[in-house]
Amino acid sequence: MEIIERSAAQIAREVNARTLSACDVTDAVLAHVEAVEGDVGSYVSVLHDQARAAAARVDERVKNGETLPLAGVPLAVKDNMCLVGTRTTAGSKILENWHAPYTATAVQRLLDAGCVPIGKANMDEFAMGSSCENSALGVTKNPYDLSRVPGGSSGGSAAAVAAFEAAIGMGSDTGGSIREPAAFCNLVGFKPTYGRISRYGLIAFASSLDQIGPLTRTVEDAALAYDAMAGKDPMDATSIDRAIEPTATTLRTDLTGVKIGIVKQFDTRELGDDIDHLYDKAYHDLQALGAELVDIELPTADYGLATYYLIAPAECSSNLARFDGVRYGMRVEGADVHEMYEKTRAAGFGPEVKRRILIGTYALSSGYYDAYYVRAQKARTLIARDFEAAFAQCDLIACPAASSPAFQFNAKSDPYSMYLMDYYTIPMSLAGLPALSVPCGWVTPAGGSSPMPMGLQLTAPLFKERELLSAAHAYENMTKHASAYRPSLERTPGGR
Amino acid sequence: MAETSKPSTYEAVIGIECHVELKTESKMFCGCPNAFGGEPNTKVCPVCLALPGALPVPNKAAIEHMIAAGLAFGAEVPAFSKFDRKNYFYPDMPKDYQISQYDMPLTQGGVVRYWLEDGTMKECRLTRIHLEEDTGKSTHAGSGDGRIAGSTYSLVDFNRAGVPLMECVSEPDIRSADEAVGYLEALRRTLQQLGVSDVKMEEGSLRCDANVSIRPVGSTEFGTKTEIKNMNSFRSVHRAIESEIERQIALVEKGERVVQETRGWDEVRGTTHSMRSKEQAHDYRYFPDPDLVPMEIARELVEKVRAALPELPLSRFERYTTRFGLDVKQATQLVDNLPLAQFFDAVVAASENPKQATNFVLGDLSRLANEHGKPVHESAVIPAHLAELIALVEAKTINSKIAKELIERMWRGDGSPKAIVEREGLAQTSDPAAIEKFIDDVLAANEKSVTDYRAGKTNVMGFLVGQVMKASKGKADPALVNGLMKQKLEG
Ligand SMILES: [Zn+2]
Repeated sequence: MEIIERSAAQIAREVNARTLSACDVTDAVLAHVEAVEGDVGSYVSVLHDQARAAAARVDERVKNGETLPLAGVPLAVKDNMCLVGTRTTAGSKILENWHAPYTATAVQRLLDAGCVPIGKANMDEFAMGSSCENSALGVTKNPYDLSRVPGGSSGGSAAAVAAFEAAIGMGSDTGGSIREPAAFCNLVGFKPTYGRISRYGLIAFASSLDQIGPLTRTVEDAALAYDAMAGKDPMDATSIDRAIEPTATTLRTDLTGVKIGIVKQFDTRELGDDIDHLYDKAYHDLQALGAELVDIELPTADYGLATYYLIAPAECSSNLARFDGVRYGMRVEGADVHEMYEKTRAAGFGPEVKRRILIGTYALSSGYYDAYYVRAQKARTLIARDFEAAFAQCDLIACPAASSPAFQFNAKSDPYSMYLMDYYTIPMSLAGLPALSVPCGWVTPAGGSSPMPMGLQLTAPLFKERELLSAAHAYENMTKHASAYRPSLERTPGGR
Repeated sequence: MAETSKPSTYEAVIGIECHVELKTESKMFCGCPNAFGGEPNTKVCPVCLALPGALPVPNKAAIEHMIAAGLAFGAEVPAFSKFDRKNYFYPDMPKDYQISQYDMPLTQGGVVRYWLEDGTMKECRLTRIHLEEDTGKSTHAGSGDGRIAGSTYSLVDFNRAGVPLMECVSEPDIRSADEAVGYLEALRRTLQQLGVSDVKMEEGSLRCDANVSIRPVGSTEFGTKTEIKNMNSFRSVHRAIESEIERQIALVEKGERVVQETRGWDEVRGTTHSMRSKEQAHDYRYFPDPDLVPMEIARELVEKVRAALPELPLSRFERYTTRFGLDVKQATQLVDNLPLAQFFDAVVAASENPKQATNFVLGDLSRLANEHGKPVHESAVIPAHLAELIALVEAKTINSKIAKELIERMWRGDGSPKAIVEREGLAQTSDPAAIEKFIDDVLAANEKSVTDYRAGKTNVMGFLVGQVMKASKGKADPALVNGLMKQKLEG
């Protein structure tokens, strides 16, 4: 297998064994990036120099006898995560030329584990979107069909990993921003329990929901990345101080004794026959692996979207206030400071960001706060309780990650139809639960020419990342859906 | 003036809002040093500059300071508290929201008890004390006078941004400018002695605004209040409140109405002026800060802080006035100077003579301290030596003249007064035989004076006693000399 197509686990094994150097991996990947970026557009910035320097350091450390869990693994860093010295835009005009003077904890932990940062990946502006179309800094295409979106908001990271421009993509998931692009791009996308991975250095969208996680081509790689990133960070007061059990070394290949809940409210018949059959098959495959399927109810799940679209905008309206032109980022001068604020923010933010700031400002306003924000928080509690009750009957929950495969550019013209893309992922985010999407088969969309991947979403109780990844691994190991098709890229050979 | 023409018709109703910077090693939500001054923007980091992605982590010491302050004023420290975001755009405020506390402050209620110069005890209830973060400071350039009007650009220094700030809100229990200052003094000395703040108005670690209204005496309703800002010393607080009360009374007497507004105190003109005629109705859109988890205040922590509280100024004041018999001025002088009060307490403990201790500590020692520009507790005089001196005076071993000399020598570092007295034979001579000998010698040498005395010129007595004292090198007991001399001259 060409170097660029190898999994993170394989690359790390070989680099640690010194049968392959991190520098060679990096050169191969950078060459491949040069070849495909014009088509895919995963990256906002490609970090040639930093990547080569990091690779040299990894080789040096390995030479000095260190064994690094992710030695030489090419990494795509979503552009809302700070990496010192690199342009960090969050997909926004307002930060188009801002260079981070510090490094996010999660990024640092991956670099410490041996990852090599290849580039900063495109994303929906401030992580608001489900298709990457809201980026102010370029178009990212789905490597499996360049006429389709890669999903979002972590679309650049997803496209990069799917197109072999990285082995691990760092994503952030607020309402589905890791899981949905993973489903669209034939990847594993894993959002751990809220608080497992530090948010320090992650440009905030909605602080109580944002969670960093990996996008990878295999479950094992997701587990390795998670193991490297997870754990208490003194710089993030919401990061959880709780022992982390390594997940990568305990992955199972069967599901004997595992009870998997199928949600009554998530009726896949509504998604059309092809998709309905696909999920039916997926649930049967889980059963075939030894799992017991149980019917469960999430009666309040239907309120997830409305709840999310109050809480997340409320938090973002406050989080994004700091982009005011005073200290950094874009500034448009005005007659006084207030005019400067107005002009800067009018020019710097895109329409979706403005829409959410307006919704959030409204929801927090006096007179509306109780009716919107407070009630949304109550609904959030009810949704979390529904999950608790469900997990009294099962160990994991299985459901779709997205209601359709990747759609074509400009297909979702009104915001609400775009918001609906996160229908299946938002309830888990509101409850802070660990959830992932794993490839579960292919459908050819109406009017489409090539089959597109779909994702099975598995959700576990709080802190049960190990059980979650194990189940996904067993499923992946039996079904091998991911390898059924290859990305449709004109590639120059990337290996040596 | 209105106030003097109808002095008893109106009463003022005053509430005071204080912002107090807490004394901690680091800022409230980051590791930057919390220290006054410094080159602009040298005490900053991603967190206090609100760089993208930075997150706040609360300072535990600041929270303990808050609990200590709450307990000192008898406030309730609830089991749960949380931080909220107060949203508004301001160039000094990096995040464009301030992390503050809205509906679950760290302390609720409490009372500040204070005294006035005449010793009257007063009380002012506290609404709450909550914790927040300070802003940076702007400098406006190009306008010549540093004002924003006409300036061409502004510079912001974020060194102060994120410094822990305690906001202490009083109930409208204050009725005069004197009471306002009494309240502020009590607040200042308490917070200072708790070690939670330097409470220096000149460095901005204490800032206060006053809400002032007037009403006819006997009324229980509140009049329209104005908020007075820009007061930078206790003296200006006093002057500003007096001036504002006068202004409001004059308005009402003219049949006009007080307008609810913010008014700035002008130190030079000695008046308040309207700052914002159209008060902008701010909607701060408070909501719980999702970056900070709600705080559970463990009872063990509260008890730990309570156990570590020092003696509070009020209790010290009461001890000095009721148990030691100090007057209000003396007690206040000591209470406001903790190291001196601690020195004083040590002297009292060793001498069991609070009256003499007061005289020496507030008299001779404080005078010496002033003259030498060195606080008493840092001088060479130690409490045990002062207690020795008091014992020598009590036992009439030395007289007050020698005592004064000795205290100067103690200040200079001569050590134990007892040792000096013994070494140099400075003990007062109370032996009648010895004194008689001095008297006889003096009388023999001053026959004319003796004759004068006996002829009725009794005022020569002073001269003769003086001669005896001189002959005894000041050691003779003056009372004894007087008695014996009189006997000799009249006998
Ligand atoms: Zn700082």
